[in-house]
Amino acid sequence: MSVPRAYLDAATAAPLHPAARAALLTAHDEGWADPDRLYTEARRARLLLDAARASVASAIGCRPDELRFVGSSTAARQDGMLGLLAARSAAGSTAVASAVEHSAILQAVPQTVRTPVDRVGRVDPEGWGAAVTADGVALAALQAANHEVGTTQPVTAAADACGEVPLLVDATAWLPWRPAPAGWSVLVGGAEAWGGPPGVGLLAVRKGVRWRSPHPEPTPPEASLPAVLAAATALEAVRATADEEASRLSALVDLVREQVPLRIPDVEVVGDPVERLPHVVTFSCLYVDGEPLLSALDAAGFAVGSGSACTSSALEPSHVLAAMGVLTHGNIRLSLHPGVTEADVRRFLEVLPEAVAGVRRSAGVEGL
Amino acid sequence: MTVLDERGRRCPLPVIALARAIKDVAVGGEVTLLADDPAAAHDVPAWCRMRGQHLVTAEDGRFVVRRVL
Repeated sequence: MSVPRAYLDAATAAPLHPAARAALLTAHDEGWADPDRLYTEARRARLLLDAARASVASAIGCRPDELRFVGSSTAARQDGMLGLLAARSAAGSTAVASAVEHSAILQAVPQTVRTPVDRVGRVDPEGWGAAVTADGVALAALQAANHEVGTTQPVTAAADACGEVPLLVDATAWLPWRPAPAGWSVLVGGAEAWGGPPGVGLLAVRKGVRWRSPHPEPTPPEASLPAVLAAATALEAVRATADEEASRLSALVDLVREQVPLRIPDVEVVGDPVERLPHVVTFSCLYVDGEPLLSALDAAGFAVGSGSACTSSALEPSHVLAAMGVLTHGNIRLSLHPGVTEADVRRFLEVLPEAVAGVRRSAGVEGL
Repeated sequence: MTVLDERGRRCPLPVIALARAIKDVAVGGEVTLLADDPAAAHDVPAWCRMRGQHLVTAEDGRFVVRRVL
């Protein structure tokens, strides 16, 4: 009998939402023409694009004319950062970002000051305030919530501390659930987070904010139109049940947070237990090599994420876990989505203790 | 003084070596760990915190840990 599979890595990319799949097929029939042309097919494509833009704008909390669809969430992060930098060269060349931002944010601007976070991964308000008010700061960046540990950030207070400095808010992991928190000058996200097709990034620039495209003319085209239409449909579908799904998944995360330390010795569940995303939970197992643990869980039917160095192509541990001062080895991240059932999570909790014990046995570390 | 040369070995191996060695020193004694895996810079302090042991110094891949429990 084959092992049932459960995909628990939605923070990397959520599975394509069924509504998005249907919309994608329809869009390839009706929304394939270049919306900038003047014939009938193009006008139909333009109408579909405008409707999708209005729908996504309303869901994320911006005006339709503030929103651009770009080729990926990575492109949105880079263009958002570099466009603010380009428009603010008179103010300085330094970016300020929390130490737990996505690497595409941290590496976009050559001169970036990383501000510290506490043990749960929340930005330190004093360090943030001092950094954003220093001389030569062109822009600041803060996520709505952390994609690896789930901790939410005090975006609105951080924006207040920014004064004249424009704040980019990376709301990628947050937007499946609700509109972005107030205070942003530039907002970025990506449809892979809510079950849209890959290759749709969101870049919103508030009216009146100075932002200049970092690309030479002609600027790269917006994301593929069928993908945009499917992404908008998927966002409408997930938002229609977001409140129920958030409480259902949050209860499953609470179950994992409670049961993992009870069932496994020497494990640390990280991130804020309360002020967090509904669907992300992360823990680290002492003396455990992440790679064989991921393989054991995969063999048992579970696809999970990890911030351990051995599981990354760079062989560097997660900069998020490092900045929090928590264990980087033996790390497992579960990120849930509407297709995950309580039975999946309970089966994971049944399988996990033996998977961890097996890796510890092979390393001969029992009793340490 | 116990010195562990774990250079060239990847985490969690240096942390495992530290955990083994600390059992063999008396309370108040110290273990020096040499480890150049980038993860060790984060995982050795985290281990000390989780295990209640005292990290005396940590610089350039040289960690001195005192057994306090």
